[in-house]
Amino acid sequence: MLRYILRRMLWLIPTLFVVTFLAFCALRIGTDPLASFLKQNPRASLANIKQYKSVNGLNGTIPEQYFHWLRHFVTGNWGRSIKGSTPVWPDLKHAMANTAVLGLFSSGLGIFFGLSIGIIAALRQYSKFDSVSSTGAFVALSIPPYISAIVLQLIFAVYFTRWFNLDHPFLPTSGIYPPGHHGFDLILRVKYMILPGVVVAIQTLAVYSRYMRASLLEVKNSEYMRTARAKGISERRVIFRHALRNALIPVTTFAALDIGAIIGGLVITENIFGYPGMGVFFLKAFNNGDYPQLMPWLVIVAIALILFNLVADVVYAFLDPRIRLA
Amino acid sequence: MAEEPVLSLADFRVSFPTDDGDVLAVRGVDLDVGPGELVGIVGESGSGKSVTFLGVMGLLPKSAKITGSAKVMGQELVGAKKEVIRSVRGENIAMIFQDPLSALNPVLRIGPQIVEMIQSHRSMSKSAASEHAIELLDLVGIPQPKTRARQYPHEFSGGMRQRVMIAMAIANDPKVLIADEPTTALDVTVQAQILEVIQRIQRELQAAVVFITHDLGVIARVADRVQVMYAGRAVERADIDHLFIKPTHPYTRGLLDSLPALGGERLKPIAGAPPNMLNPPSGCAFRARCTHAAPQCANGDMALVAFNGSETACVRIQELVTEGAL
Ligand SMILES: Nc1ncnc2c1ncn2[C@@H]1O[C@H](COP(=O)(O)OP(=O)(O)OP(=O)(O)O)[C@@H](O)[C@H]1O
Ligand SMILES: [Mg+2]
Repeated sequence: MLRYILRRMLWLIPTLFVVTFLAFCALRIGTDPLASFLKQNPRASLANIKQYKSVNGLNGTIPEQYFHWLRHFVTGNWGRSIKGSTPVWPDLKHAMANTAVLGLFSSGLGIFFGLSIGIIAALRQYSKFDSVSSTGAFVALSIPPYISAIVLQLIFAVYFTRWFNLDHPFLPTSGIYPPGHHGFDLILRVKYMILPGVVVAIQTLAVYSRYMRASLLEVKNSEYMRTARAKGISERRVIFRHALRNALIPVTTFAALDIGAIIGGLVITENIFGYPGMGVFFLKAFNNGDYPQLMPWLVIVAIALILFNLVADVVYAFLDPRIRLA
Repeated sequence: MAEEPVLSLADFRVSFPTDDGDVLAVRGVDLDVGPGELVGIVGESGSGKSVTFLGVMGLLPKSAKITGSAKVMGQELVGAKKEVIRSVRGENIAMIFQDPLSALNPVLRIGPQIVEMIQSHRSMSKSAASEHAIELLDLVGIPQPKTRARQYPHEFSGGMRQRVMIAMAIANDPKVLIADEPTTALDVTVQAQILEVIQRIQRELQAAVVFITHDLGVIARVADRVQVMYAGRAVERADIDHLFIKPTHPYTRGLLDSLPALGGERLKPIAGAPPNMLNPPSGCAFRARCTHAAPQCANGDMALVAFNGSETACVRIQELVTEGAL
């Protein structure tokens, strides 16, 4: 098992190498860093341009430029953004932290309630609860996040404020703190996260309730459930020790993959709520053709995806003795 | 049968409500099984063999309607409280199934699965129960039981898995062991070994065995008595020798004729198919396929009556025997 993990970790290096190289080429072909620079600095002199090119390794062939970038990247010299010329790492760090907080908050809520609903629905198949939760999940899945986000904003920020005659919105709709706020404030932070969090949680909840339900129903009909009942043990024990233990295996694996994908950010939701996370970071950098920001973003997202893929495999092997990692 | 029966069915009926009406899967079965007796249940697919005994065990879906009487050691199970049924199954009556791989929980080790069976009926410490589990594995002929107890079901061969199932079923010295086609999924040599294990259990533990199969060859080797089922009813009940030498029902004759003979004679399957259990015919359900059918076969309640040391449901039995038709 340990050897397997080590080998997979070693594979991370060539994988990242290929991914970053391909991404670098794509960015070079799709965007021109010099054009981006000139757009941000319209009155740059010829000397400025020359200096910019040599500092950022923009001379030579694309592979040469890639290795220039790679050398700087691995030595921790992540450079400055083209727009605003701010250092890349602090901005990226904040975006990552914000996205992690929102992602874990909403996924945590969504997965917890999704699993609970799925379990109850499967245990009471064809009950009222089952049909209501199934219909609810399909409705939730068919509403895209940009619609639910706007509807929630209307209800909680506009209508609630009007109905209750509040002097400020019932729930904030944008950002993570009120303008001008400094320092950490848990209550404010949570308040600002509720609407974007709920938008994401609804989708997660819907997906997981369906998934959990299907998985548990399959287990419920399996023959070892009959064996367990034939033992004369309590129904509670049959469900917890035999049914859930098996039904949670695929769901847990799925969740590990999902959590790995969080760090890439939620481009749509973050944008609608002006939430400064990885999704917004990416979109801004992309629009500015800001490759010094795009490349590290990509490396981080790729590492997270690959690592959590590994986590999913290991968790799966841990939960299911039939899987041997080799 | 001088002693009190350990399992006693009287007018046992099971039906399943469906959109098209009730499927009358079992339509009044009587059966007394004495202590330590091995009774074979034979019949074509769909004749209600499994449903009868799953019904006794309380392992049918909730929708199943069960009436009549099923007593284990004098304890009525039809209509009994869930706790009563739970305390009886695994303790006085246990069951093994056709496919031992899917009947064992894939994510739990063999030992704990047997321990669970023991501890749900005996207040025994975990270590004592584990000891007992290892003894049981030894008893059913699993080599290195101590090591094997720590393995998972997928690490066992088909025959070994069925031995594990048997070890689990006999963990609490049940008075009745129901074996639902325990050898059908196994190849012939393994089949013989499993039959031996079951016979040894019967001898050494004095457990009565109800052996369900559609293989008369298997029945011939192990059973003391046989009950032949057709369309949810018993059509003949006889000692094993009587059944093979002078069957008292045309259906039994048909089953015997369809056995492949060693001399290379072609087997003669019974023409036609069993009736639809949504609307089973009145009178003898077999008459549509019976070469000896006569008008009187459409009437009567088809109860078993004693004849020449056997019991048969055939109303024409006297005539048929006189004609030498069977
Ligand atoms: N849950 C159910 N709902 C409706 N009908 C059912 C259900 N379970 C079994 N049946 C029906 O009951 C009848 C008897 O089935 P059963 O499984 O007892 O047959 P069997 O004699 O064991 O056959 P086999 O040799 O194939 O195991 C069949 O017609 C079957 O379709
Ligand atoms: Mg069956």
